[in-house]
Amino acid sequence: MQNQHPHILEVADLCVSYGKVEALHHANLKVGAGQIVTVIGPNGAGKTTMLGAIMGLLPKNRGDIRFLGEPQAEIEVERMVAKGMSLVPESRALFGSMTVADNLLMGAFMRHRLGHRDHPETMERVFQIFPRLKERREQQAGTLSGGERQMLAVGRALMAKPKLLLLDEPSLGLAPLIVKEIFRVIADLKQAGVSILLIEQNARAALQVADYGYVLETGEIALEGPADQLANDPKVIESYLGLGGAAHAASSRSVPVANQGETA
Amino acid sequence: MDFQIVLLLAQDGITNGAIYALLALALVLVFAVTRVIFIPQGEFVALGALTLAGLQAGRIPGTLWLLLGAGVVVALIDLAQALRSGSRRRIPRIIGWNLAYPALAAAAVTLLKPAEMAMPLQVILTLVLVVPLGPMIYRLAFQPLAEAPVLVLLIVAVAVHLALVGLGLLFFGAEGSRTPAFSDASYKLGGIVINGQTLWVVGASITLIVILYLFFEHTFYGKALRATAINRTGARLMGISTVMAGKLSFLLAALIGALSGILIAPITTIYYDTGFLVGLKGFVGAIVGGMVSYPIAAVGAVLVGLLESYSSFWASAFKEVIVFTLIIPVLVWRSLTTHHVEEEE
Repeated sequence: MQNQHPHILEVADLCVSYGKVEALHHANLKVGAGQIVTVIGPNGAGKTTMLGAIMGLLPKNRGDIRFLGEPQAEIEVERMVAKGMSLVPESRALFGSMTVADNLLMGAFMRHRLGHRDHPETMERVFQIFPRLKERREQQAGTLSGGERQMLAVGRALMAKPKLLLLDEPSLGLAPLIVKEIFRVIADLKQAGVSILLIEQNARAALQVADYGYVLETGEIALEGPADQLANDPKVIESYLGLGGAAHAASSRSVPVANQGETA
Repeated sequence: MDFQIVLLLAQDGITNGAIYALLALALVLVFAVTRVIFIPQGEFVALGALTLAGLQAGRIPGTLWLLLGAGVVVALIDLAQALRSGSRRRIPRIIGWNLAYPALAAAAVTLLKPAEMAMPLQVILTLVLVVPLGPMIYRLAFQPLAEAPVLVLLIVAVAVHLALVGLGLLFFGAEGSRTPAFSDASYKLGGIVINGQTLWVVGASITLIVILYLFFEHTFYGKALRATAINRTGARLMGISTVMAGKLSFLLAALIGALSGILIAPITTIYYDTGFLVGLKGFVGAIVGGMVSYPIAAVGAVLVGLLESYSSFWASAFKEVIVFTLIIPVLVWRSLTTHHVEEEE
């Protein structure tokens, strides 16, 4: 399925370290145009590190990154933004004491600098996606609720009209209803033609919305495949989807009960 | 002490306070954007005043050599870096700003006979010479340390201050300079005389503050500077480069410093090392605002001016002592009222 698409992002043999500790080993990953690709995995697996290196926030040790088919020799945040990559970090990194409208405006900074003056129309589009932001446009970003902050962070990234959107744990710390809404928006964005690399701990929601998935464990890609195949993979079910986990919990509960009699 | 003296001292205090307010704003700005406590802020005051005085006296101001020298050093470093990383498209800009621009400025100073120019043109030429030094100093001293802790940046700031004072002595000599007043007019108002220069200083300061306010509230680049101050990572992810924000804030700081020097030069004699004390008084104002609040910093700086003016009447030998002692109660008050805020996510 992946081969039908030209690749918007190709990562080959990517290694990243913090000091002497290598956090990501020889990772390979591809995002096709118009696809949602997800990377799932436990805490500390190196998911955020991978995004940081692709975006240029972290230096890479080795590896090739091709964006829009061009090899990127020098990965620098500003350059990647200018080329059409936007990252919504896990922390959101909003401008708390600026208004919602100004936060969105800053999202268009690079486009403005490159001479595109279409930010009023882009902002209207973002307001259509997130009507809540329009209601709060003159409010300071720091006063928003958790869900609204995430909407603002995604909306701000969309102001750059990205060709590839990198989302780092967009559902983290949000109420289930809001998570649902965020994933609905992610699916809508795909319809609108934005390619997305989605990093998630909420594997169930991520695999539902994604076309292709990777499982990252302790810095290595352990598994990959079309999202629906991954969702049915027994190992993924066991570790990340919780169904097998639930069965496991149920069976293990009966064991201590039996044991209790013996130890007592 | 009669009422007339009270008013006279107030006039003095507000005049100086307006200058300190400008410097306080520049200090808060530079700290917010780059986390540098910009000790050399005062040096730009001296550079502005001495450059204008030099131009008026028909000398070639030492600032020109400073500009040429800094330009060559920055150009060499940037060119080496551009060649190493293979980004040749940067080369024309590097040469333009660091070599061609100072050369043009040199041509203007030597060929245009600045001593015979009208005052406003002399002021503009002064700014042309002094202001680019701000971004150049950022490039040389602070850009390589953008991720360093505040303390390291402070130490470098002290070093830059010492270097600039030394260069000031080298290029301008030990004797002080004073420039003619912008206006010799004086106005009688309710029994006291208000100098034209006072009105110039206060008027120019207020105008500059309003322009800065409009810049930060209503322009793309002003908002980008604010965004960088609030969340550096967030700003970088928008494509607002830390280097660009740093250079822009140093440019504004140099502009504010040089203008302050031009405004104060007719009031007091400026020596190569006068700027430090002037800058420190602005710093006291900035401390009153906790290095974060622009309006409180400005008000604090005006209070510093008034305090200085009244204490020079009652205890002129202790005037500096009194002004700088103000820091202690202010710090106590701030540490009691300010709650440590967790970094905004």
